[in-house]
Amino acid sequence: MNRPIRIMAIGCLVLFFALLMNANYLQFVSADSLNARNGNKRVIDEEYSRDRGAILVEGKPIAQSVPSDDEYRYQRRYPEPELYADLTGFYSYTFGRSALESSQNPILSGSDNRLFVNRVIDLIGSRQPKGGSISLTLDRKAQEAAAAGLRGLGSDATGAVVALEPSTGAVLAMVNQPSYDPNRLAGHDFGQVSDAWKQLTKSDAQPMLNRTTQLTLPPGSTFKMVTAAAAMSELGLKPDSMVDAGTTLSFPGISYTLRNEGGSDCGGERITLSQALAVSCNVTFGGLAEKVGAAKLAEQADAFGFGEDYLDELPFAPSRVTSDSSVELDAPQTAQTGIGQFEVAATPLQMAMVTSAIANDGGLMTPYTVASVRSPDLEVLESADPEQLSQATTSTVAQGLQEMMVETVDNGTAASAAISGIDVGGKTGTAQSTPDRPPYAWFTAFAPADDPRVAVAVLVESTSTTRSEISGGGLAGPIAKAVMEAVLG
Amino acid sequence: MSLRTPQATSRTPQFVPRKRRGAELILLAVALVICIGAYCAVGIGVEGRVPAFVYKLAAGLVGAALVTHLIVRWVAPYADPVLLPTVITLNGLGLAMIYRIDLANLENDGPDADTLATQQLIWTALGIALFVVVIIVVRDHRKLQAMTYTFGLAAIALLLLPLVPGLGKDINGARIWIGLGPFSFQPGEFAKICLALFFAGYLVVKRDALALAGRRILGIDLPRGRDLGPILLAWLFSLGVLVFETDLGSSLLFFGLFVVLLYVATERPGWLVVGSLLFGAGAYVGYLAFSHVRFRVDGWLHPFADPDANYQIIQAMYGMANGGLLGSGLGQGSPDITPFSYSDFIIASMGEELGLAGLMAILLMYGLIVERGLRVALVCRDGFGKLLATGLAVSITLQVFVVVGGVTRLIPLTGLTTPFLSYGGSSILANWVIIALLLRISDQSRRPAPAVVELEQDDATQVVKIR
Repeated sequence: MNRPIRIMAIGCLVLFFALLMNANYLQFVSADSLNARNGNKRVIDEEYSRDRGAILVEGKPIAQSVPSDDEYRYQRRYPEPELYADLTGFYSYTFGRSALESSQNPILSGSDNRLFVNRVIDLIGSRQPKGGSISLTLDRKAQEAAAAGLRGLGSDATGAVVALEPSTGAVLAMVNQPSYDPNRLAGHDFGQVSDAWKQLTKSDAQPMLNRTTQLTLPPGSTFKMVTAAAAMSELGLKPDSMVDAGTTLSFPGISYTLRNEGGSDCGGERITLSQALAVSCNVTFGGLAEKVGAAKLAEQADAFGFGEDYLDELPFAPSRVTSDSSVELDAPQTAQTGIGQFEVAATPLQMAMVTSAIANDGGLMTPYTVASVRSPDLEVLESADPEQLSQATTSTVAQGLQEMMVETVDNGTAASAAISGIDVGGKTGTAQSTPDRPPYAWFTAFAPADDPRVAVAVLVESTSTTRSEISGGGLAGPIAKAVMEAVLG
Repeated sequence: MSLRTPQATSRTPQFVPRKRRGAELILLAVALVICIGAYCAVGIGVEGRVPAFVYKLAAGLVGAALVTHLIVRWVAPYADPVLLPTVITLNGLGLAMIYRIDLANLENDGPDADTLATQQLIWTALGIALFVVVIIVVRDHRKLQAMTYTFGLAAIALLLLPLVPGLGKDINGARIWIGLGPFSFQPGEFAKICLALFFAGYLVVKRDALALAGRRILGIDLPRGRDLGPILLAWLFSLGVLVFETDLGSSLLFFGLFVVLLYVATERPGWLVVGSLLFGAGAYVGYLAFSHVRFRVDGWLHPFADPDANYQIIQAMYGMANGGLLGSGLGQGSPDITPFSYSDFIIASMGEELGLAGLMAILLMYGLIVERGLRVALVCRDGFGKLLATGLAVSITLQVFVVVGGVTRLIPLTGLTTPFLSYGGSSILANWVIIALLLRISDQSRRPAPAVVELEQDDATQVVKIR
């Protein structure tokens, strides 16, 4: 009987070997993916008991962990909750994390590979591991000016402001109204957190929506910058080139006609391109869009970043020219697209990118919000390295557009953004959506014109203002001006 | 030993009888250091200080170890020196982990929480007492062979007990418990030992009939129909356990045990083939016929498809993943999140707090117990002892494989206790009996062979006187 016993001994060894291999697979090979799974309470508990790193703006924390005397040891606090909520996001035991709290979690929680050495040292010293901190690119004054501007429209107004540094793509301001208080979601009283969550997610005003990066709306006349760029590149137009204007643009065989706002004739049948932009002439840009063609127009928009996802760290919705690029537009649709209507939909960030690229002589920079990442002992692990996303236009075309946008502020519809002593370029927009709701007011600008340091886009989604008073120049212009003044100091 | 292969006898390892009791004592000291150290580590990890009762506990453990050692020295001086220290280590680690889960429960649920460590400590003491009784009373394992059919009947009776109305209890979906007053008891744990005794006794008698009589089909020697009967009966019986007691683990264990012993007794590999086919067929029919079997298989293949239903296995995996290579340290993980982290899933708790390193050490200790048990079978001089030692060792292997494999998601999850680690009186008692039997057989087989008196060779014709 010894032979079968020996074989059984080998058989038993094989079974134990299988168990050992499987244990290795579970605890070593697949451990990282299991630890990263959503709803893994052990990892969440561990993280919540850790000194999470801070999110800083100009050295002051906008999110930080402070010691608490309950079982989680630390409480996440947001000192200026509503001002920065769209950047920090929330950090909730029950509902997870969002925005930078989510995308920068490896650094903030201390699990990033670059913090490996720190973790080993903490382990040897039997200290609790700490998270690293991140510094944002934001300009406090610009952020506050933007928030104050939106507040000035009334507490029930909804809108968004985003400001960029044209030469780098650094985000200088990013504000939404309404905003929310992430402290309400970070509490350790889970009943209250759950109530707050219900209230925030059910609210019609969508306080947790980052309008600057997630809300795509028709950009209206601000899109004429794109149409102008396409016309200058494709048709060789210059700011002083003469273009068709007049009261209406009609299409052969179709009863539809495209009209100017308020029934004006833009100053004649033939005007300069610069004047057309300054008075925001629908007839001119509708006609130019038709001449350039929908395909080239879409190509130009794509060069400005439409259709692309260029911001990793925040929730993001790409902007679009048409809902379905395979469907060919007819002439009136192309003309409407040229003035930022029909199916064009852009986020405020996207319109700020267009202005920023023009201000930066055509170079479109990838936007970013994180300036630097530091380890718990304040050693800089990573500094932002500005990258160019694309060359949106040639520098000649961009300089022509700058000239025309300055003209729009000096002698056109964007006068409300003028800053004394500084050349400002700007463009207004008043976009229709459905007939039953008031139009959206847009404004985008850059300053100073000779060496742009800020590009800003303002969207006023809705206000209690009477419908006839809603215009990009009137409502959004002063906010853009205030933000630019804050940046320029 | 074999009638058919006389050369097998010559391959039996040449054995120099040595007692090795000193080695056992040193290993016991190491085991005690590990166990008491684990208790201290739990106290420091959870409460930041060594538990106050650790001196009493240490005294108790040292006393128990010394008692077992001295008893073995007295009644089984040639017994295997590795088994006892290994088992004490596992039992002590299990106690420490159960105490650790208790502390977590006290922290979560307040002073009224269920605590199990004290009960487990009492069960361990009873287990060791039973070990002492068995090793003293059973001075020669071959005497057990006389009671082959008694053990067979006892096994059936024990297995049927949970089905008796009023006595049997449904706990967590399996009807494998009986309630006696405040106590719950799993008779299957003892049925396992009775079955091993019965199979060994039955097969050692029938092995020649099973091996020799029969036809050869497709290279496999199949036995006669009437010899096949008991095997089919065992198969049906284990299927019955599966169906009526909804206990997958025990059913696999009993059938596996029988097939392996059949193979060892007859040396016919065909039995493994036949057994595997029967098991495969049974498992497949079970999968088709019973929703709870399907549920287990689905939970094994796609645990994350239904995270609520597979909460337990998912939490076990999370815990072990979180433990990683070296573990969180005793008292510093959260094994209590996993339901039944003190019994069926104690191996996941070990993996979480002792890490992959600790889990592998535990598995290797089980491997050591099994391989020492099979070594006992190899050197044993009688067929019954060989089969019994093989049966006991294989039953430990199957049980560990089924439960650890289930918890670590190597195979579908089936409920079985982890020998010596899990909370549970029946399991602790039964496993200490198994160790007592293994030590008894090993003492018998390692002891010097009785001197054979050589008869004087005499060619002279014997004179027969007829008066």
